[in-house]
Amino acid sequence: MLKIKNLHASVEDKEILKGINLEINPGEVHAIMGPNGSGKSTLASVIAGKEDFEVTDGEIILENEEISELEADERAHKGIFLSFQYPVEIPGVTVTNFMKTAINETRKAKGLEEMPASEMLKKIREKSELLEMDRKFLSRSLNEGFSGGEKKRNEIFQMAMLEPKLAILDETDSGLDIDALRVVSNGVNKLRNKDNAVLVITHYQRLLNYIEPDFVHVLLNGKIVKSGTKELALKLEEQGYDWLKKEAVND
Amino acid sequence: MSLKDKLLSSFFVFEDQVDVNNDVHKLRNEALKLFEAKGFPTKKDEAWKYTSLNSLLKEDYSIFPKKEEALEYKEVKKYFIHDIDTYTIVFVDGIYASHLSQTTHDKFHACLMSSALTKTQYKPIIDNYFNKIAPKDSSLNALNTAFSKEGAFIYIPKNVMVDKPIQILNFSTGNESALLIQPRNLVVVEENSHVQIIERHQSLTENPVLTNSVTEIFAEKRAMVDYYKIQNDKASASLIDNTFIEQQQESNCAVHTFSLGGKLTRNNLNFYQKGEYIDSTLKGVTIIEGKQHVDHNTLVHHAQPNCESHQDYKGIYDDKSVGVFNGKVYVEKVAQKINAYQSNNNILVDDKATINSKPQLEIFADDVRCSHGCTIGQLDEEALFYLKSRGIPEKEGKALLMYAFANNVLESVKIPELKKRINLLIAKKLNVDLGFDL
Repeated sequence: MLKIKNLHASVEDKEILKGINLEINPGEVHAIMGPNGSGKSTLASVIAGKEDFEVTDGEIILENEEISELEADERAHKGIFLSFQYPVEIPGVTVTNFMKTAINETRKAKGLEEMPASEMLKKIREKSELLEMDRKFLSRSLNEGFSGGEKKRNEIFQMAMLEPKLAILDETDSGLDIDALRVVSNGVNKLRNKDNAVLVITHYQRLLNYIEPDFVHVLLNGKIVKSGTKELALKLEEQGYDWLKKEAVND
Repeated sequence: MSLKDKLLSSFFVFEDQVDVNNDVHKLRNEALKLFEAKGFPTKKDEAWKYTSLNSLLKEDYSIFPKKEEALEYKEVKKYFIHDIDTYTIVFVDGIYASHLSQTTHDKFHACLMSSALTKTQYKPIIDNYFNKIAPKDSSLNALNTAFSKEGAFIYIPKNVMVDKPIQILNFSTGNESALLIQPRNLVVVEENSHVQIIERHQSLTENPVLTNSVTEIFAEKRAMVDYYKIQNDKASASLIDNTFIEQQQESNCAVHTFSLGGKLTRNNLNFYQKGEYIDSTLKGVTIIEGKQHVDHNTLVHHAQPNCESHQDYKGIYDDKSVGVFNGKVYVEKVAQKINAYQSNNNILVDDKATINSKPQLEIFADDVRCSHGCTIGQLDEEALFYLKSRGIPEKEGKALLMYAFANNVLESVKIPELKKRINLLIAKKLNVDLGFDL
């Protein structure tokens, strides 16, 4: 589904990603772990199409289409979703209206009619129940005054509404208590199927107890230095990243 | 002949139309002398540093429209808030249009300045309030006072909750090649009474129109006045709006100004607090483009303790448009324990757009809370990326952010239908279908 080949990306002439290779197939969950400053969030942003970063080399291929020149909204229309580490507050636009706009813009881009209001409401109801969200929540301004947990829950609610092919969860566990973590992970797990894929970006192994990855990759200094299965995450939890840093130096 | 000379020489014609033995005519004469001495303001005046009237003053305005133009309601319906029941006072080219107006009521008085100035019934009100707070040293007020004859006169006696909003609409038809209109409004709200007023100036022509309007509002003890100004006029129409509000103890007054159109708009909005526990609110949304120019010049005069004032002005400026915000808060020595809040936030969509923002705080009391903040910026790129990552294209995303930026000013609009209308005007102004019902 997603193939990343030799991806280099810079911000203001500082190279952050230094040749990433990654292949994600439908139905898979991949986790990217790494210490602060290793380039994890940059990778998420570059895949989603943030303009601050310049792709200097390499390719991002989604279902046989090179997408690294596309705008973020066009990538979203093709099925990429990024759950933000720090979702932005937008006062005056309710969660419901925001979702209606997002869904209908995506449908417009695909040449479809707007979703009928009744269908929209039904979908909003179903997906908000999946995330155990209070109905009142839906008429509040987007992320405004939301707690950390509410913001992340709202991100996964948006993922549920938009039904992406590839969902990138950037530090979705940060700021969550155990209950919120459970709700959010349950939501993600219920949305998984054989046709979509999830890329989990996380600092800690904790989230991976809830969302079990098929593959774990370690990002250090802009490169994937090690890949393995979920056992690798456990080893990182116990031993930290220092042994990998040494290995990387020895290479 | 300059416009000033034309006005001065027209005064004799004007005197044929009014009762020169009336007390008010003394005020007119004094005002004319002041206007003659001072003339129109220029950029040399500190308060007019960023706004020049020069281009407006070149037009050869008619000062006395010849007759009332027959306007059909259906032609102008869209300018009314028509989906709710309201009282309406309508002027066409400065002349009262009775067939478009709806003023039937028995508990209060909503009528014409021309009747109020002549009927003995209203003499005590006129004596007490007319031209009492309009600053005497302003030449534009003086000009309006000199030619004061017509406008809305609203008098709400004690303990009356006016059941419906009152709309004041001023249409100009283009019957004249260029027209100067000078409405003179007086609103007196006695103890414990409440009123909501919506004011709109609307040109129906491409011919130049200049409106120099003066509105005096008096809120007595515990009165509530909720005033809305819709400024969405044609690019050929300019407005100088002078609104002065005097508040007594425990009264609550709010003025919301929505400046979305017009060529040049200048709002002089002054609040004078004369008692304790007063609440004053001044809010504005300005969204302009092209070469439009909107200038907000506000004053809140805190003269008594334990009062509050809230100012919140938001502006979005595109193309070569120019915005001015000059917000003065004056706190007298006796006005302890007051809370004065002022905020002016601006977005420049185009780098050729300009905003001149000047907060001015003069505080002589030592136990007060005064805050002010001013921001000038572009749209938040992170927020735009967030919207785009959800499939919302850049154009729609920007509009949504601008809408969100202006929105918190709308939250305090208390008439739902008006709020909806303003929302639609803003969405239209931002030229985008936001994909949901506003």
